[in-house]
Amino acid sequence: MTTDVAVVAFAQTKHTGEDAGLTEVELLAPVISEIKQTTGLNRFGFTCSGSLDYLAGAPFSFVSALDTVGAWPPISESHVEMDGAWALYEAWVRLQHGDVDTALVYGFGKSSQGSLREIMTLQLDPYYLAPLGPDQVSLAALQARAFLDAGHKEDDLRAVAARSRAAGRDNPYALDLPDPGDEGYEVAPLRPYDCAPITDGAAAVVLAAGDRARELCANPAWIRGIDHRIEAHSLGARDLSRSESAALAAEKAGARDVEVAELHAQFSHEELILRAAIGLPDDVPVNPSGGPLAANPVMATGLIRIGEAASWIHRGRARRTLGHASSGPCLQHNLVCVLEA
Amino acid sequence: MGNPCAVIGVGQTEYRTKRTDVSIAGLVREAALRALEDAGLTFRDIDAVVIGKAPDLFEGVMMPEAYLADALGARGKPMMRVHTAGSVGGSTANVAASLVQGGVHDRVLVVAWEKQSESNATWALSTHPPLSPTIVVGAGGYFAPHIRAYMRRTGAPDHIGTLVAVKDRQNALKNPYAHLRIAGISREMVEMTPMLWEPIRYLETCPSSDGAAAMVLASEDAARRAPNPPAWVHGTAMRSEPIFFAGRDTVNPQAGKDCAADVYRQAGITDPRRELDCAETYVPFSWYEPMWLENLGFCGDGEGWKLTESGATALDGDIPWNASGGVLSSNPIGASGLIRFAEAALQVRGLAGEHQVEGARKALGHAYGGGAQFYAMWVVGSEKP
Repeated sequence: MTTDVAVVAFAQTKHTGEDAGLTEVELLAPVISEIKQTTGLNRFGFTCSGSLDYLAGAPFSFVSALDTVGAWPPISESHVEMDGAWALYEAWVRLQHGDVDTALVYGFGKSSQGSLREIMTLQLDPYYLAPLGPDQVSLAALQARAFLDAGHKEDDLRAVAARSRAAGRDNPYALDLPDPGDEGYEVAPLRPYDCAPITDGAAAVVLAAGDRARELCANPAWIRGIDHRIEAHSLGARDLSRSESAALAAEKAGARDVEVAELHAQFSHEELILRAAIGLPDDVPVNPSGGPLAANPVMATGLIRIGEAASWIHRGRARRTLGHASSGPCLQHNLVCVLEA
Repeated sequence: MGNPCAVIGVGQTEYRTKRTDVSIAGLVREAALRALEDAGLTFRDIDAVVIGKAPDLFEGVMMPEAYLADALGARGKPMMRVHTAGSVGGSTANVAASLVQGGVHDRVLVVAWEKQSESNATWALSTHPPLSPTIVVGAGGYFAPHIRAYMRRTGAPDHIGTLVAVKDRQNALKNPYAHLRIAGISREMVEMTPMLWEPIRYLETCPSSDGAAAMVLASEDAARRAPNPPAWVHGTAMRSEPIFFAGRDTVNPQAGKDCAADVYRQAGITDPRRELDCAETYVPFSWYEPMWLENLGFCGDGEGWKLTESGATALDGDIPWNASGGVLSSNPIGASGLIRFAEAALQVRGLAGEHQVEGARKALGHAYGGGAQFYAMWVVGSEKP
């Protein structure tokens, strides 16, 4: 028995591919203002956010972010050092208690501040892996190679990148990136366009339960299933050409019969691995927003996938959609959220 | 508050300056295995894992749930990482409880830790990010002015902090896990130590500890099958307020009062000093005991230091605070809040050993963090609410 909870509003920044001179707080503030205006809510039963201290290289990114929310009088609030999609999960759980009926969720990241691919090395096993210094793109390339060795072609990756960039150019919030050209390898077999761009940005979602959701939104996007699973950390302990944890999360979340899916694929091959793991038929459009390959504001990227999937229902253009988020090296941890009109 | 939730297992590591005998994974696993043993379970029985710790900069391991998934038996399961500054241990327990109260899971393993010997917390708190103010002097330098303001506001005499420092270390002598176990601890000994941040002396501060604590939280069905007595969750609450703004009372913060009011309402408590049998509160600097006595409604404004001075908060007083020795005796930062929550549970389960408060049936667990702006609390009891 679960309480019906819906995504009733979604807001995001016009993401930038370079430092636009804004702090993380300044990135986030307009998004929070916008979503408060959209919903007419100024106070929420629960607030939860996702961010990463290492992007700024200082502890407590979320402390100053609280200034954007207007936490006075004091609010019931929590934070995950994870993508905002997990903050949404925590808020969804909190709404199951039945004593509060609205929640504000946000995520933000300014990855232009440092070298993201090297920063991500710090999330690896600190004794046996991180000291070797493998960066994020190199690890992704290992996974891409395993995927290609399982019977796929580099052109398949290029097609994903081309489609994502074209879709991104039609999305006012995503970056304006050219069609894949004749570029050399970034780390073979990945070329620059196979890797998500450095992006600054933020996003927010409002969740509401039951009748409150119907009051706040003409077409609430009801969360019909949400689940997340983690798998082994060591790449050597996994079959990198597949994603067991995404398959399990999809099964638990009831990921069938969706019309559109937004996947947190930061590299071209990840989209194809996830598509197979989640069991999306070939005719289901993936990442019509352009996805992370067209805008990757780290720590908001997964939340944006759920927000984008919900927007299809808000606009009355789909009845059942799917949002996915990922964390950890090479898709170690996956979250699947199924939304319905 | 949702479905009933109970603590059916508690595990702690020994708290020490350096646990060079274990890796971070070894440390958290030690606490987790002890909690599972108490609950009569194995990793196989666990539905989900929630972990918490203070900033990743403290060990230099970013988003450590990725690396710890294997050591905590989380493969194929949901795993979450909570981070709410110093209150994180408490928040982590609340998030784990929420999974049971929300009816999502039946048995959740919650673990919090810090391995401070891997780096230097004061350094990690003293970075100079562009465009932002910095604390530069660690937590003590930040909180000392608030303590001085408390002393001026209430007219508290200088020795009150010393009393707390002695009382908590005396309690620590009865807790085998405690980090600081100082034989013959006395007021003279505390007063001989150097002044670090006026009015806080060396022995009035918490130590830097390595350590982890874990709990198994369970639904009613699962709790009924547990081998040892459960501690039932009677209420959980979290509150946050901004760190800087002109209307804020940093000495007696509103978020702390609101959080306490919320958790007391859920637990049906109107007079905390009378209705609670003990409390485990986050007191990293001695003076925070009298300050939190007021903030948590155990006495009126300006009366906290009198309660401390009267001995009411001692192990043989009418409302023992930090019978375990508290944060002043063990401080693996990210775990310190969870240890408070776990010790409160041990008290109402009657399993606190030598520092057991006799007949404890209801207890408060409390944690705070950031610039005294983040709060997490729970009330646990021996009876199902």
